[in-house]
Amino acid sequence: MSLVSEGAEFNGTIAEPSLATVGDYLALLKPRVMSLVIFTALVGLAVAPGPIHPVTAFTALLCIAVGAGASGALNMWYDADIDALMTRTARRPLPMGRIQPGEALAFGLTLSAFAVVVLGLLVNVLSAALLAFTIFFYVVVYTMWLKRSTPQNIVIGGAAGAFPPMIGWAAVTGSMSFEPILLFLIIFFWTPPHFWALALYRTDDFKRAGIPMMPVVKGDATTRLQILLYTLLVVPLGIAPWPLGYAGALYGTVSVVTGLGMLVLAVQVFRERRPVERACRHLFAFSILYLFLLFAVLMIERGWGGLIARLTA
Amino acid sequence: MNEQPDGEGIVLTEAQKRARRSRSIAIAVSLAALVILFYVMTLVKGPMVLIRPI
Repeated sequence: MSLVSEGAEFNGTIAEPSLATVGDYLALLKPRVMSLVIFTALVGLAVAPGPIHPVTAFTALLCIAVGAGASGALNMWYDADIDALMTRTARRPLPMGRIQPGEALAFGLTLSAFAVVVLGLLVNVLSAALLAFTIFFYVVVYTMWLKRSTPQNIVIGGAAGAFPPMIGWAAVTGSMSFEPILLFLIIFFWTPPHFWALALYRTDDFKRAGIPMMPVVKGDATTRLQILLYTLLVVPLGIAPWPLGYAGALYGTVSVVTGLGMLVLAVQVFRERRPVERACRHLFAFSILYLFLLFAVLMIERGWGGLIARLTA
Repeated sequence: MNEQPDGEGIVLTEAQKRARRSRSIAIAVSLAALVILFYVMTLVKGPMVLIRPI
């Protein structure tokens, strides 16, 4: 028995034997998105109270990473038609024909099942249930439903990217509280300004693919206003862990300074008339640094000591 | 139904054989890693491995 396709009959013709390499399958996992997921889940794990064995923590992170990668593969399977039309995604393995749709679907489903079951068996059921819901939300709610039907696609769909800190927290505690929900809210409200900044200078791409992104449907001016409004929401949320007592002065200082940076860039995007591309690129790049700094400082300040203590216990 | 293979069937090129070999190795490594992961986690959890907290 071979798990590798050696040529299958498809539409009456014989499909070529696969030339897909391991690298092509790794590309299906969206490694850059996966790295952000691993990082935010690690922060959730690190700030959560209570003990966790380092091997269990590693297993939890591995399952979260594989689950995120699997949902990326399923997203690429479903979106192969529109990915082929956009310059940003045209070189992915499916539009390039290096991997067949059925192979990507089987790969994504298998990894999803393994990630959820292993997390449930080896860590706890709550974190596994949250991971399963995250995969479902990203693949079914975002990819299959919202992405092609509403300009609010990345607002609601952004929830999928915001779940990892909650899964990390649940892996340690087996429960949920307000602190991981606050981390969820920070990522949730960070996603629209981050993604719409990209969408503003890739509008032609999305228009060609027929994706109803905010700039395509509502135009530049509305999108720039929405970016500013969401930034006005995310900045206080980013600072919130400090006054709420979840973080100390270092986090407070970093969140205020970087939050002001986000605001300045969002105002620039809002005020700048065509071409807005430069301001958008600045906001897009800075938003990644912003989220990274918030979570990194929170982990160093709150979780690092606890994490080291757990690893050396 | 004809059980006899007609001709030589599909003959893989060298590139296709290399790609298949690399995929097979990756599958083998992943399965071995999964076995090791379960083994180590069983050692870590001990009898608790059968208890699954929510």
